[in-house]
Amino acid sequence: MTFHPEMRYEEGLHVSRRERRDEGEPFAFTPENRQRLEAIASHYPPEHRRSAVIPALYLVQDQQGYVTASAIRHVASVIGCTEAEVDDVVTYYAMFFRKPVGRYVIQVCRTLSCALRGAERVAAELKRALGVEVGQTDPTGTFTLMEMECLGACDRAPVVMVNNELWHECQSPDQVGAMLDGLREKGPAALTGCHLEVEKKRGPAGP
Amino acid sequence: MDPVLTSHIREPNGHTLEAYLRRGGYSGLRKALSLPPGEVIEMVKASGLRGRGGAGFPTGMKWQFVPKDSPKPKYLCCNADESEPGTFKDHVLMERNPHLLLEGCAIGCHAIGAKVAYIYIRGEFYHVQRVLEAAIEEARAAGFLGRDILGSGFDCEIYVHRGAGAYEAGEESALLESLEGKRAQPRIRPPFPAVVGLYGCPTAINNVETLCNVPLILTHGPEWFASLGPEKNGGPKLYCISGHVEKPGVYEASMHVTLRELIYGYAGGIRGGRALKAVITGGSSTPVILPGQIDAQASFDGLLKAGSMLGSAAIIVMDDTTCMVWLAENLLHFYRHESCGKCTPCREGTDWLLKILHRIEAGDGSMRDIDLLLSVSRNIGGKTLCPFGDAAIAPVVSTIQHFRHEYEAHVREGRCTCPAEWREMGNRGPGARA
Ligand SMILES: Cc1cc2nc3c(=O)[nH]c(=O)nc-3n(C[C@H](O)[C@H](O)[C@H](O)COP(=O)(O)O)c2cc1C
Ligand code: FES
Repeated sequence: MTFHPEMRYEEGLHVSRRERRDEGEPFAFTPENRQRLEAIASHYPPEHRRSAVIPALYLVQDQQGYVTASAIRHVASVIGCTEAEVDDVVTYYAMFFRKPVGRYVIQVCRTLSCALRGAERVAAELKRALGVEVGQTDPTGTFTLMEMECLGACDRAPVVMVNNELWHECQSPDQVGAMLDGLREKGPAALTGCHLEVEKKRGPAGP
Repeated sequence: MDPVLTSHIREPNGHTLEAYLRRGGYSGLRKALSLPPGEVIEMVKASGLRGRGGAGFPTGMKWQFVPKDSPKPKYLCCNADESEPGTFKDHVLMERNPHLLLEGCAIGCHAIGAKVAYIYIRGEFYHVQRVLEAAIEEARAAGFLGRDILGSGFDCEIYVHRGAGAYEAGEESALLESLEGKRAQPRIRPPFPAVVGLYGCPTAINNVETLCNVPLILTHGPEWFASLGPEKNGGPKLYCISGHVEKPGVYEASMHVTLRELIYGYAGGIRGGRALKAVITGGSSTPVILPGQIDAQASFDGLLKAGSMLGSAAIIVMDDTTCMVWLAENLLHFYRHESCGKCTPCREGTDWLLKILHRIEAGDGSMRDIDLLLSVSRNIGGKTLCPFGDAAIAPVVSTIQHFRHEYEAHVREGRCTCPAEWREMGNRGPGARA
């Protein structure tokens, strides 16, 4: 049985997506992060602490860059749920990293509005400049390249996000090298920001 | 129509409580708290406000479905997931007018009898989350949130909950799952969230723009609100225009406006004066329409008549250099990636659609593949727990409907017949199958 009579599954199309999880160093939240987590957990009824799983995983990434098996066990024990429940969340959401990443994770939007204004070429230039494929980290450990789906700022296409929270808008394919150099030399200050941040720097422009 | 939601968004510091109060902010909440909850709901019903998140369901009616006599706590969830491709209006509203949303949430809580509202914001909007949290602090300190608001005895807390990158989290029941700390996958309905929602309690879920309209209704009255637009399509509306236009952006207009006025007026026309080829009217989940239809009114009912939908009012404009097979492939990459995996037709079907589209676009397709796309689509449409499945096939079915000749040309010539300089052509350009 297949989903559709003409769709042949035997063509080697179904590769198991299971990857071995990285055990990593033994993990525990720093006291500050533990405190931050408890502050967030207080937003939910005590019997629904599980609502704080996503915030807890962000704190793991803040602390050690990516989510390891050891961190998953720690989160499960702190939240009071099973490891499988935490793993379920880690493997579902695009913003959790399950492998070590570079200092800057470059997340290029590839969806329609960005693609119509050159996002495919931005991604291609990034691959060329860094010598990596999507999902890989360059040999210096500085940059990891990722592709994202619509980031919700399509009027500033093509949009690039860095490290899940910094933004860079209207990235032209020809200026990819300049963005990378800027990050190397000046760090996040080299990024434009998005919408309001850009207007604050430049003064209000048209809509 | 003069903008009301976005009138001051270019003012420096327009997002602060001080600026908001200067503009008469929180008078809607004051008014609401002087009325019994039922009357607030009646006002929202009378205004005709329809949900701005995609489906256009009447907001007052949604609030009325929340049982008044339930012994359980009730919740308001604001849908700030904004991940429908092409949509960026809630982004602007939250970043520049956060108190308007907070005021709308507080009024909503009063109306349905909730003490807590969660704003579920997409993970990518961390910068917006910080703006909202700062605004919540300001509002609490000034007595607009927290305990005994404005001496009325009404308590209300608002928390921002950050997602982590999942389109499906915008679907209302999947949003609740995600908020409960699980994978964002839809629930079987009934029961509907109004009765069994967050933590099994009665819950109202409303889009950001929807809630931002509520204070305006309280302040200016339902008649004023309804009179701003055509019948049953009242109030101000934000349009997100992106793609091949001169001035992409968020524009506020009444729903009397036509697509033509939005594209050629507000957004300055097609980039470089080129010809228009196709338009997506309400986010990638709505069917593609042709230039001949752009005199349609950009309202819920107007676009339905034109064969598409207002959806999230995300208007994506394609000029004559755009390949329609490529467009379908680009969007199916999105849907395949974002399918939550719960329903087999959607999980498997989006994978197959992408594979077939990819081979046609790469010049390796056959004529049968075109009908196969439609056949696979029929096996997805209407066969899933949430409307994701219908959304995913919209780009395939509508591009084949209007541009079948383009698919056929790809197959005949064994290459992409519409390469564009803004794309990365790789091995798909002329002579691809040499
Ligand atoms: C796959 C899918 C994704 C959705 N994404 C969003 C979204 O990002 N934001 C939103 O407000 N509504 C989204 N919706 C619509 C919500 O399910 C829901 O209808 C809406 O939040 C209700 O609010 P409203 O009545 O104020 O429009 C989505 C629906 C589906 C099926
Ligand atoms: S398509 Fe790139 S931000 Fe929307």
